[in-house]
Amino acid sequence: MDFTFSEDHEMFRESVRGLLDRECTADAVRALWDTDSGRSNELWSKLTELGLFGLMAPESDGGLAMNEVDLVLPLIETGYAAVPGPVVECAAVAVPLLRDLGDTKLSGKWLPAIAAGEAVATVGHDANQFVADAHIADLLLLPHEGTLHAVDGAAVKATHQPTNDPSRRLYTIDWSPSETTCIARGDGAHSLLSDALDRGAWGCAAQLLGVAQRMVDIAVLYATQREQFGKPIGSFQAIKHLLANVQVKIEFAKPLLYRAANSLAEGADTRSADVSQAKAVAGEAASLGAKTSLQVHGAIGYTWECDLQIWMKRAWSLELAWGSTAWHRARVAEAVIDGKLPARSFGFEPR
Amino acid sequence: MDLAFTPELKAFRAEAREWLDANVPAEPLPSLDTKEGFALHREWERKLNDGRWAMVPWPVEYGGRGANLIEWLVFEEEYYRAGAPNRVNQNGIFLLGPTLMEYGSDEQKARFLPKIASSEEVWAQGWSEPNAGSDMAAIRSTARREGDHFIINGQKTWASRGAFADWLFCIFRTDPESQRHRGLTFILVPLDAPGVTVRPIPQLDGETGFAEVFFEDAKVHTENQLGEEGGGWKVAMATAGFERGLMLRSPARFQATAARLVELYRKIGGDADPALRDAVARAWVNAEAYCLNTYQTASRLIAGGSIGSEASLNKIFWSEMDVQMHETALSLLGARAELLAHAPEAGDVGNWLDGYLFSLAGPIYAGTNEIQRNVIAERLLGLPR
Repeated sequence: MDFTFSEDHEMFRESVRGLLDRECTADAVRALWDTDSGRSNELWSKLTELGLFGLMAPESDGGLAMNEVDLVLPLIETGYAAVPGPVVECAAVAVPLLRDLGDTKLSGKWLPAIAAGEAVATVGHDANQFVADAHIADLLLLPHEGTLHAVDGAAVKATHQPTNDPSRRLYTIDWSPSETTCIARGDGAHSLLSDALDRGAWGCAAQLLGVAQRMVDIAVLYATQREQFGKPIGSFQAIKHLLANVQVKIEFAKPLLYRAANSLAEGADTRSADVSQAKAVAGEAASLGAKTSLQVHGAIGYTWECDLQIWMKRAWSLELAWGSTAWHRARVAEAVIDGKLPARSFGFEPR
Repeated sequence: MDLAFTPELKAFRAEAREWLDANVPAEPLPSLDTKEGFALHREWERKLNDGRWAMVPWPVEYGGRGANLIEWLVFEEEYYRAGAPNRVNQNGIFLLGPTLMEYGSDEQKARFLPKIASSEEVWAQGWSEPNAGSDMAAIRSTARREGDHFIINGQKTWASRGAFADWLFCIFRTDPESQRHRGLTFILVPLDAPGVTVRPIPQLDGETGFAEVFFEDAKVHTENQLGEEGGGWKVAMATAGFERGLMLRSPARFQATAARLVELYRKIGGDADPALRDAVARAWVNAEAYCLNTYQTASRLIAGGSIGSEASLNKIFWSEMDVQMHETALSLLGARAELLAHAPEAGDVGNWLDGYLFSLAGPIYAGTNEIQRNVIAERLLGLPR
């Protein structure tokens, strides 16, 4: 029993944080928003060099053969920096899906390319009405009436559905499912899609906690500098208590997120319920963080100019992705109250 | 990260479960805030100590098992699973005990710890004064050194367990010229010392859960000073850290409440407002979050880390979670929620009302949640004072 991260985990987090501090500033994100694709190949390559996208791929496919416990801290950092693009879909969903598929021809083609930063994958799912960042995807993994398909980016027509968050573009996809695109059906497809939903929700939960922490940090900085009544507004208890409330939410969402990572890595039977707990509380933490940080900023926070919007919009879009907060909370209730899916207390066993 | 319980932990759990199953009273004891209930709870503590289960993380020489914090959590899980009595000497075992181990002399440890473990001496806490509540550094009660004794004057209040306890741990102003946090000394006071008067205060539920304590030239030997003279604030903050942090409210307590709440919902929640279903799930998730957070902290401490201002995050979380859980239960019970347990029609309403009243004290004791929010904002987030 040891609920701590290793030094290697912390070092990996530090290196991702360091890179993103330099390369993924608020100005850089805004500049990307104004480009055609809205995405940076350069940033993607640098994250690839750190091992982010190949992390869960087998070593024989150029990956690191690691798991969700190894990925969770870097994913939080990608939320903290509001990295634009399908980080969760590619690193946390597509890669393990290809790994688990048992189709070495397909995984042998795509995993080395993803791990080398030469290909980007995204994933569709019935939990999401749209597909995230399909416009830059070389590979799309898409469900169709209970079957699962792998489709080349060149073989689909993606129609942009403009949304509130320019860092996560959503698309409807016109494509033709066929025998050649089908990679799994029946129970196999069901199980892969179920894991995809859990991993997508878990990845978003990780990013949401990074987003929430960033909004607290931005608000703390502002409240320390902004003066009214002759003092920094952060010296007033009305401001302090608002921000403390968000920090409490974040701190008690983290262990649920880490436990969910561990359950996914071990393939525990409780993983869906564990993920839903994490996604629900992370969504709430980020939602409260957005409202609170905006309120602490006052009118300046309501402007396009204020960088806070980058993270508020991430909070709102990720909260809806891979099952909304309400959806996951309902799933927790089904598990805990109705026993429809396995859920257990940690340590404590009720009589 | 390894979240599996080792075979050793499983064996420890089985041993604790077996002992508790054989020894926990079949019927709940009367409230420990009554004279009769207090005596019966003390009796239970003696039995617990005879089985060496009273304070499992303490060293063997003081009646413990030298268990680490994870083992302690496992024991607590079994304790709440068994529905065992509340800990009448919680001030002694969870707060003063760890403080004595950190600041006490060898003589003090040998003198006090075994009697805490056995509850031969039950402790109350004497922090607050009539004009020093949240502003604890405003305390005015004084202790003046005269030879090998302190002469103590003043008043402490809201001393939990004070009505029936044997000893009180306090801080007094030993330097009359001092201001605020300086010049305070941590002193252990026997409540039967001459010049000490205890006046029980009935609480919201009518029982005397706390007391005020008056000192009129009370004479206490200087060997009862804990830590340095004038260094009492530091010692008191260590005690408060144990209180807010890990020891006072172990997670199994809330997991047990959450499990009972789920049972209650399954039984009577079918026609209830659907929002209550959500509230029940929320309560259960919060208890899990608190538990996992505690395992994280325990792992960190075992690996040589420390706990500081994060304790304030814990205190806010468990106290507000506890209120939410009980509010949800009362909402489920509807009009029957106001029945006292001995009402003829009370039936299975259980002790949710009692639990609710007690939960409402949580955001107040051990430092109000407003004070905790200040601590988080200033020390963790770095906002200006």
